[in-house]
Amino acid sequence: MSELVLTARSVSKSFEGVRALKGVSFDLLAGEVHALIGENGAGKSTLIKIMTGAVTADSGTLAIVGRRVAENNPSLARALGIAAIYQQPSLFPHLTVTENIALALERGGVWRHVHWKERRGRARVLIERAGASIDPERLVSTLSMPEQQIVEIAKAIGANARILIMDEPTASLTEHEVESLFRVIGELKAQGVGIIYISHRLEEISRIADRITVLRDGEAIATRDARTVDRADLIQLMVGRAVNAVFPKRRVPQGEITLELRTLSCKATGVNDVSLSVRAGEILGIAGLVGSGRTQLAETIFGLTPSDSGEVRICGTRVEIASPADAIRHGIGYMPEDRRKHGVILEMPISANTSLADLNAISRAGLIDSAKEEAIAEDFIARLRIKASSTHAKVGTLSGGNQQKVALSRWLATNPKILILDEPTQGVDVGSKSEIHSLMVDLAERGLAVIMISSELPEILGMSDRIAVMRNGTLAGILSREDATQEKILSLAFGHMPAGEAA
Amino acid sequence: MKRYGQEISVAIAIAALAATLGFAAPAYFSRENLQDVFLSNMPVLVVAVGMTLVILTGEIDVSVGSIFAICGVMAGVIAKMGVPVLLACAGACIIGALLGAMNGALVAYIRIPSIVVTLATMTALRDGLRWATQGAWIENLPPSFQWFGLTERTYPIAVLGTAVVLVGATGWGLRHLAAGRAIYAAGSNAEAARVAGINTQRVVFLVFVATGALTGLAAAFNSVRFDQIPSNAGLGLELKVIAAVVVGGTAITGGRGSIAGTVLGVVLLGAIGPALTFLGTSAYWEQALQGLIILAAITIEALRSRAEKRKASLAAQQV
Repeated sequence: MSELVLTARSVSKSFEGVRALKGVSFDLLAGEVHALIGENGAGKSTLIKIMTGAVTADSGTLAIVGRRVAENNPSLARALGIAAIYQQPSLFPHLTVTENIALALERGGVWRHVHWKERRGRARVLIERAGASIDPERLVSTLSMPEQQIVEIAKAIGANARILIMDEPTASLTEHEVESLFRVIGELKAQGVGIIYISHRLEEISRIADRITVLRDGEAIATRDARTVDRADLIQLMVGRAVNAVFPKRRVPQGEITLELRTLSCKATGVNDVSLSVRAGEILGIAGLVGSGRTQLAETIFGLTPSDSGEVRICGTRVEIASPADAIRHGIGYMPEDRRKHGVILEMPISANTSLADLNAISRAGLIDSAKEEAIAEDFIARLRIKASSTHAKVGTLSGGNQQKVALSRWLATNPKILILDEPTQGVDVGSKSEIHSLMVDLAERGLAVIMISSELPEILGMSDRIAVMRNGTLAGILSREDATQEKILSLAFGHMPAGEAA
Repeated sequence: MKRYGQEISVAIAIAALAATLGFAAPAYFSRENLQDVFLSNMPVLVVAVGMTLVILTGEIDVSVGSIFAICGVMAGVIAKMGVPVLLACAGACIIGALLGAMNGALVAYIRIPSIVVTLATMTALRDGLRWATQGAWIENLPPSFQWFGLTERTYPIAVLGTAVVLVGATGWGLRHLAAGRAIYAAGSNAEAARVAGINTQRVVFLVFVATGALTGLAAAFNSVRFDQIPSNAGLGLELKVIAAVVVGGTAITGGRGSIAGTVLGVVLLGAIGPALTFLGTSAYWEQALQGLIILAAITIEALRSRAEKRKASLAAQQV
C-alpha cells in the first residue's frame, strides 16, 4: 500500500460565526488522484486553503508527508511539498517562462548572481517533465491557457511537490487540451505525486480519480472508490440534506409572457443560445454552479454585456438592449450580485441611492426635486423596513441586509416590469432574508416577472415557480416547481441526466 | 457640519490669515490690492471650477495650462481679424471645448488613463503652439480688445460678476441637477453607476469638454488685461488649479468634494503669496508654504476619511 502524504483529521473552521467546515477528515495517498466534489459553498475551497496555509483551521490536525503541522502557513506548506494550481493560473504575464519558474523556485539574496543559462536549462527540463515543449524564453502573456497551466505544473515539479492541488483545472480547456492534461496527471501519478482534484465535471472525475470524497455543508459526507461509484449516487450524496427552511411562497395567478429570450448569445461572456420566457406574476429561479453563466446571462439581458445574436422580446415586442439605460427604459431592473461593488454607492446617502436608476422620475428638465426624492426614499424606508437614522444616512454605514434593501428600493423605484435579482439574500441576516423573500412574492402578486439567481438550492426550490438550470453558458433545462428536486437540479447543473429523463 | 469638514478647516485657515493681515498689514485690504489679487487668481478660479468636475469623476486634466495658452493666443488672433471682442471670446471658449473634447474622447471612449492622455496633450499642445507662433507674442491688438471695450474700472466688476455667476451656477447645478448626481455617482463607483443606467463614458467626456471651455473663457478674460498676449501663458497653471481643488477637499479619487471647497482653496492658495510680501517675508517662501498647505490638507483629508471608513465598517457589522 502506498504511503499517506496528507492527513487531515476533524478539521473545523468558522468565518464570522458561519461554520464553513465541521470536523472534516480527509487523506491522500502517494500516487493517487483523490477528487473532492460538492455544490457551491460545501467547503471545498476552505479545506484547500487550510492545506495550503492560506487560512488556519480553528481545530483539528493536519499532517503533511508524515509530519504533524501545528501551525500551517503558505511558505511552510510549500516547503513540505504542497503546490496548488487554480483555474486562473497565477503567473506574471510580463515575465518569461524561465523567469516565472525561477521566481517560484529560487531563494536567496537580492544581490545574488543569476545564472541565466542554468535557469533556462532547468525551465526546459521541467516543462518537458510536465509533458510539453514550450520555449522558455516566451513571455507568459503570449501563452495559451493550457500552456500556462503547464508552467504552473512545471513550477510544482521543480519544487518537488508531493501533493498537487488542482482546482477546476479543466474549466477553460478544450477537450483536446483536457486529454493532454490528463496525460500529464498520469505521469505525475507514476512519479508518486498525490493529486487532489476539484472539478464540477463528474464524467472527468470518474475517468481520472481513484477515490472521491463528497463534501456537503462543511462536512465530509462520504469517500468512495471512483471505479465502483455511480454518478447518481454522487449527486444524491451532494444534496442529501433536508429542506427545513420555510419560505413565504404563495401561488400567484400568472399573466402574459413579459420577457422572452430567443437564442440569446454573447460570445464575450460565453452565454450561448439561451431561450426562455417569464410570465407576469412568475418567479423564475436560475440555478447553476458558480461559473455556469447565470450572472453573465443577467448582464446580457440588462445590456451590461450586450448580446451579439438572438433576440429579447418584452410583452411580445422585440427590443434592442445595448446599454443598461435601454434596459431600464424597457422596464427591466437588475440588482447585481455584489451589492457593495455594483449594487449601491456606499458614499452616497440612501435618498440618492434610491433615485439613481430613475433620475427622470424625480426631476423635471434635469432639475432634481429634492422633496420628491426624499419622499420616495422615506416611503421605501418604511415599506422595506430599512433600519437607518434618516434618508441622509450614507449607505456605507448600514448593515448588509439594509444595504441590500436600499439596492432593491432603487429598482422598485423604477417601476420595472421585469426584475432580475442576482443572489438577493447572499450575506444577508436571517430576518432581512425572509423579508426580501416576502417582498418578492408581493412583487409577483403585483404582476412583476421576477428572475432570481441563487446558489442556495433551498431558496431556489422554495421561491421559484419554475427553475432554469444553467451549465457552461447554456440552458441545461427548465424544471417546474412540482418536478424540481435538489437531485434533478444538480444533475442538470453537473451535466448528468439520469437515464430516461434526457431532454 | 461633518460633511463640510475640509471646507470648514480651509475657511478657518483663511480667517486666521485675514486676522493676521488685518492686524499686521491692514493695507492688504485696500481696494487696489484686493483687485490685483483677484484678477491674478481669476484664471485659476475659473479653470478650477471645471477641474473640480473632472476630479469628482475620478479623472485629472494636466493639459489646462497649454489649452489656456492656445485659447489666449487664438482670442487675440480672432480679434485682430476684426471680429467683435465678445465673439473672439466665444471663439476661445469653443477652441477650448474642442481641445477638451479631444482629451475627453481619448479618456472616456478609447479608455486611456487621463493622466497619460493629458500629459501627452499638455506637451504636444504647448510645443505645437510654440512652433506655430515661433515664440512670438500677439501684439497690436485692436483697442476694443482691451478690457473688453470696458474701462479699467468696470472690467474687474464684469469679471467678478461672471465668476460669481459661474461658481454659483456650477455649485448649485452639482447639487440640484441630475447631471451633477451623475458626476458624483460616476466618480464614487463607476461600475455601480453603470449598472444604474448612467452613461459614465458620456459623463467623463463632457466634464473634459466643460473644463476645456472654461479654460478658454479664463484665457480670454486674462488676455484682454494686457496689450500683448504671450504665447507661453499658463505655465504651471494646471498645478495651481489641481492644488486648489484638492486643498478645497475634493477627493483625488473622485466622488467627494464641492465647488464651495474649491473656491476656498483658490482663495487660500491665491491670497498667501501677496500676504507674505505684505507681512515682510520673502516671497520666495510662497511656493514652499503652498506646498505645506497642500500636504496639510491632504493629510487631514486622509486621516478623516480613514476615521470615517472605520466608523462605517463598525456600523455595518451591527445588524
